[in-house]
Amino acid sequence: MTAVIKTTPARRSFGEWLFRARELSLVLLILIVIAVTTIAQPTFLFNDGGLRDLLRTPAMLIVVAIGEAIVILTRNIDLSVGSILGLTTYFVGNLMHTAPGIPVLVDVLLGVVFAAVLGLVNGLLVAFLNVPSLVITLGTLYAYRGIAVLWIGGNFVRPEWVPDGFQGFGKDGVLGIPWLLIVAAAVMVFFGWFLAGRRTGRELYAIGSNPDAAVLYGLRTRRLTFITFIISGALAGVGGIIYLSIFATGDSKVGTGYEFQAIAAAVIGGVAIVGGSGRIWGVALGAFFLATLGSALPVLNVPSLWQQAIVGLLIVAAITLDRVFFLVRQRRARKAVMV
Amino acid sequence: MTATTGQAAPPSRYLLHDKPLWRRLLLRPEAALILALVLVVVLSIVLVPHYLRPNANYTFSTLLLNAIPILFLLLPLMLIIVTGDIDLSVGSVLGLSSATVGLAVQAGIPLLVAAVMGVLVGAMAGVINGVLVTVVGLPSLAVTIGTLALFRGIAVGLLGTTAITDFPPEITKFFSGSIPGTPIPWQLLFWIVLAIVFGVLLHLTPFGRGIFAIGRSIETATFSGVNVNRTRLILFVLSGLVAGLAGVFFTLQYSNAIGSNGNGFELRAVTAIVLGGVSIWGGRGTLIGAIVGGLFIAALNKSLQVFGVGDDAIYVITGVALIVSVVIASIAGFISRRRKVQASVA
Repeated sequence: MTAVIKTTPARRSFGEWLFRARELSLVLLILIVIAVTTIAQPTFLFNDGGLRDLLRTPAMLIVVAIGEAIVILTRNIDLSVGSILGLTTYFVGNLMHTAPGIPVLVDVLLGVVFAAVLGLVNGLLVAFLNVPSLVITLGTLYAYRGIAVLWIGGNFVRPEWVPDGFQGFGKDGVLGIPWLLIVAAAVMVFFGWFLAGRRTGRELYAIGSNPDAAVLYGLRTRRLTFITFIISGALAGVGGIIYLSIFATGDSKVGTGYEFQAIAAAVIGGVAIVGGSGRIWGVALGAFFLATLGSALPVLNVPSLWQQAIVGLLIVAAITLDRVFFLVRQRRARKAVMV
Repeated sequence: MTATTGQAAPPSRYLLHDKPLWRRLLLRPEAALILALVLVVVLSIVLVPHYLRPNANYTFSTLLLNAIPILFLLLPLMLIIVTGDIDLSVGSVLGLSSATVGLAVQAGIPLLVAAVMGVLVGAMAGVINGVLVTVVGLPSLAVTIGTLALFRGIAVGLLGTTAITDFPPEITKFFSGSIPGTPIPWQLLFWIVLAIVFGVLLHLTPFGRGIFAIGRSIETATFSGVNVNRTRLILFVLSGLVAGLAGVFFTLQYSNAIGSNGNGFELRAVTAIVLGGVSIWGGRGTLIGAIVGGLFIAALNKSLQVFGVGDDAIYVITGVALIVSVVIASIAGFISRRRKVQASVA
């Protein structure tokens, strides 16, 4: 190319700008959903605990989606988060029942460790045996769910098993902000800082953008992949504990299909499904949007049966739009070079 | 040593075999799996009480009837996996087709027309997957995870919690029945025709060679003149079509259209295929291996069922079987690579 490359700033259409400012459009969408639902049914926001539910319900999805997003960033996927979540809910509830002497905080920590071990199994198999994460976690999705059904059977966590203090933690908050949302925000801030600012965090992006190059560059990709699955498992466990604190119950079906919600939240929040790009607070907003939509639909008289279809549609739409804008940008860049 | 003695220079390395045919056949992964299949059946007959009750025909016909939906789904899915793609939405497409048939019959549409509608809905689902993968250029894994949720969601949304069960009894009797005096279900005859078509398509046509070529390397396949995207699109449409057909058969076999029909079948189909020696990385495998894999899982399920282990344990076992089979494939690949390196060094 002899021609001088013109450096005119690429003109963006409004739609593209809005889409690229993903977080802003998500905030707008969340506000629209809340506004529309509140106008249709004022009790959605203005009844006893309406605002509280609005703020605390998304906490569970935010935490699980952040774990999922970290895995997707490295060009892997974790389909087992829903099953891990369900198992952990019962594990902790059962622990509170059978060993009431243990402080609740220890119960919770044991639950997170339990979930991390389940994630560790995924990580070992994916990272050190070079088996696609899709296949491994599809296997553990069913294996863990099956273990849950075998272990729990028709049993379920009863509200009286769960200490009042822990249930209060799920209900209360400080200055009107539920504790659960504070937990989710803390997880978001920590992992957002870790991924954006820490060296190891940047290495995860490097693995996702080009795994082969990451190996050649000298990154310990296996170890890092292994760690992402442990994080994903542990955060799914935190999700299960949040579930327990909100509902104080749980059978063998808790978290079924939750992996789709987590993946949807991640891709809606701007994580590229092929890895290598995405921001944690985008994911948190994606999760907030999805969870709010989930609680708004029944209020708007859309049967909750349709929720799964909407989640699926949002996944397909988000990845398609991402791809279309990528192609448009690529074409424009090529044109700019040709000039 | 076989027939090449006497020739000064062997024409091709690939024609040289240092072992006789029967040993090469025995060393194939399919052979081990067939052996395992026979072993499971024989051991069950010997060890599991009531395995052959009320009679052997009943046992084997129910075994095959349980296997048939998976056997249908795995035919096109195996071809897709050979190209290096994946279709996780097959179970949901089956459910969507089942819901379509059920609602159509409930609305008074003749069964044959309803069945055609079910198949067409399946094909349309396949077109959606295929277009998103080939035209838009998205990874098949991501697309079909999305449509797995989407199609299942539509099926559940359409049917709600209702189950449609009033299908003509003589038809459902045919689909759940076997050829008198044999354990062979009538449905299996349809399937055999389809399996032969897919086997010929994969192993004996240029189109099939193209499928393997895509799995080895998309670039090489493109430069060899394979129309990569057309092939992939056709396979996704075929997958939807066959899943739609399986949905119609499934509905009539169980005389039941509910939203959860075919839930988790993608796991069973992928497990069968990987177990049958098909490489999950693409480019390698035989259709017969995948079919034997499907039969093996069905036989295992049947034995466990008769033994009194519940459906939930079967999920655990299928999930573990999937993991174990890919782990074994991974280790075997590792060993054979190391042997090749050692051989080339020596």
